[in-house]
Amino acid sequence: MRYLLTIYTNEDDWTADEREACMEESRQLCHALAEAGQFIDAAPLHPVATATSIRVRQGQTLVTDGPFAETHEQLGGYYLIEAVNLDAAIGIAQRIPGVRRGTVEIRPLVLLGGMPSKNKHFARG
Amino acid sequence: MHADIDALYRNEFRRLFATVVRLVRDFDLAEDALHDAFAVAIQQWPQTGMPQNPGAWLISTARFKAIDRLRRTARLELGADALLEDTAGAASDDPAMHYEQQQEIPDDRLRLIFTCCHPALAREIQVALTLREVCGLATEDIASAFLLQGATLAQRLVRGKAKIRAAGIPYEVPAAEQLPERLDAVLAAVYLVFNEGYHASSGAALTRADLAEEAIRLGHLLLELLPDAEVMGLVALMLLHDARRTARSGPNGELILLEEQDRALWNRTQIDAGLALLERALATRELGAYTLQAAIAAEHARAPEAERTDWGRIVALYQLLLRANPSPVIELNRAIAVAMRDGPAAGLALVDSLLERGELTQYHLAHATRADLHRRLGNVNAAREDYLRALKLTRQEPQQRFLMMRLQALEAAGATNKR
Repeated sequence: MRYLLTIYTNEDDWTADEREACMEESRQLCHALAEAGQFIDAAPLHPVATATSIRVRQGQTLVTDGPFAETHEQLGGYYLIEAVNLDAAIGIAQRIPGVRRGTVEIRPLVLLGGMPSKNKHFARG
Repeated sequence: MHADIDALYRNEFRRLFATVVRLVRDFDLAEDALHDAFAVAIQQWPQTGMPQNPGAWLISTARFKAIDRLRRTARLELGADALLEDTAGAASDDPAMHYEQQQEIPDDRLRLIFTCCHPALAREIQVALTLREVCGLATEDIASAFLLQGATLAQRLVRGKAKIRAAGIPYEVPAAEQLPERLDAVLAAVYLVFNEGYHASSGAALTRADLAEEAIRLGHLLLELLPDAEVMGLVALMLLHDARRTARSGPNGELILLEEQDRALWNRTQIDAGLALLERALATRELGAYTLQAAIAAEHARAPEAERTDWGRIVALYQLLLRANPSPVIELNRAIAVAMRDGPAAGLALVDSLLERGELTQYHLAHATRADLHRRLGNVNAAREDYLRALKLTRQEPQQRFLMMRLQALEAAGATNKR
């Protein structure tokens, strides 16, 4: 099964050094997951201050500054993983550094049929 | 023959169901398919005779019926494909052959219990699923026992099963390193069912007593499948508490306190079974929270009369329990035990400092306890105030009646100092 793990923490809680250490730990975790055939994708996100929200209503596009919802803890990164079941996904979530300060939410993916296999013009480096 | 099939249905359905769930990976499909298999048995067995291993025959037939159902409804969702594929190979065989060769059908009920009580499911969903899928209670019966609408309970079951499927909650006994934590969740669900039945309020009292019995039955099943110290402790605890059921309420459903209960009404057989189980739990030297609570209940069970209760030992056991499981409610209970051992003034000092910390301000039993200690010390005014405060905080009718009676007794007795 595929799971999206999203990491919510309070952005203001992190010093620059802590953020750096967290990135390094995450990088190592991604390599370990890749070794185990469980890694699909992962990335940290820029702070919520960089978020833009878009709605289209009656053909009109509404662009607003800020996230979809103002919350105490903000979405700060994600992992896209392959795991045999929820317990395996929980096992991975426990190893994400942000879990010790904030919350990791696990969501199973709906696997749609008829999707393109890869983006033609953009390959991740 | 019909009687045999009937008995099989009554005694083995849940166990066979647990195995069919493992094979078809879907609760509803497994239930329907197993019913189909029983329907076939009723038609065929009177002619062909009962197969050598009826359980294996039923499981095997249910598996084929499940495939039929999947084909018919063309529910080729994810997972169903795979199921069709890996079962299709066996489809050419005689359905009765494949499983009949196995003498022993593995008991899959432990998987079923762990899946229903997975911590990713809300506690009320765990309880509903466990009673429905493991114990096989009817949805309407569970609903009425929990004083809920049938539709509300049905919705919980649907939500639970949908989450199990979509989120990939495994149908497995957890790995050794996860087992203690996951077992805690199972035991908590069982204990919740028990307490729901044990603390029966008026009206539906009868159905609710069944819940306590169901929880004990579930505990015994768990004990058979996983003889862990805390499982023993929990079953012992439930047996020892439940043994007092008849003695703990009067003819009008009013609460009777432990020290005022007629101990002749206690169920001795059940107490002996509880004590024996407690001995086994204590022999493992793992003193978990349920085992310690059972040990406290055992002290009461052993005392031939309230006055001969060993309060010193009970205080010591609460001390251990606090270390294993720090909680202000347990501290309150320890204070009550201290009051019994050293007198009401010692208990009152502990309750006062506990209430000052603020965690129990809204807990009616904290105020009721203080009221009782003041009453014993002859502080009528303080006792009255605390009884009134407790009364305001409780919504359970038997509790309210109990507090009202205490208040009236207080007014009647005036300032007599009695213990």
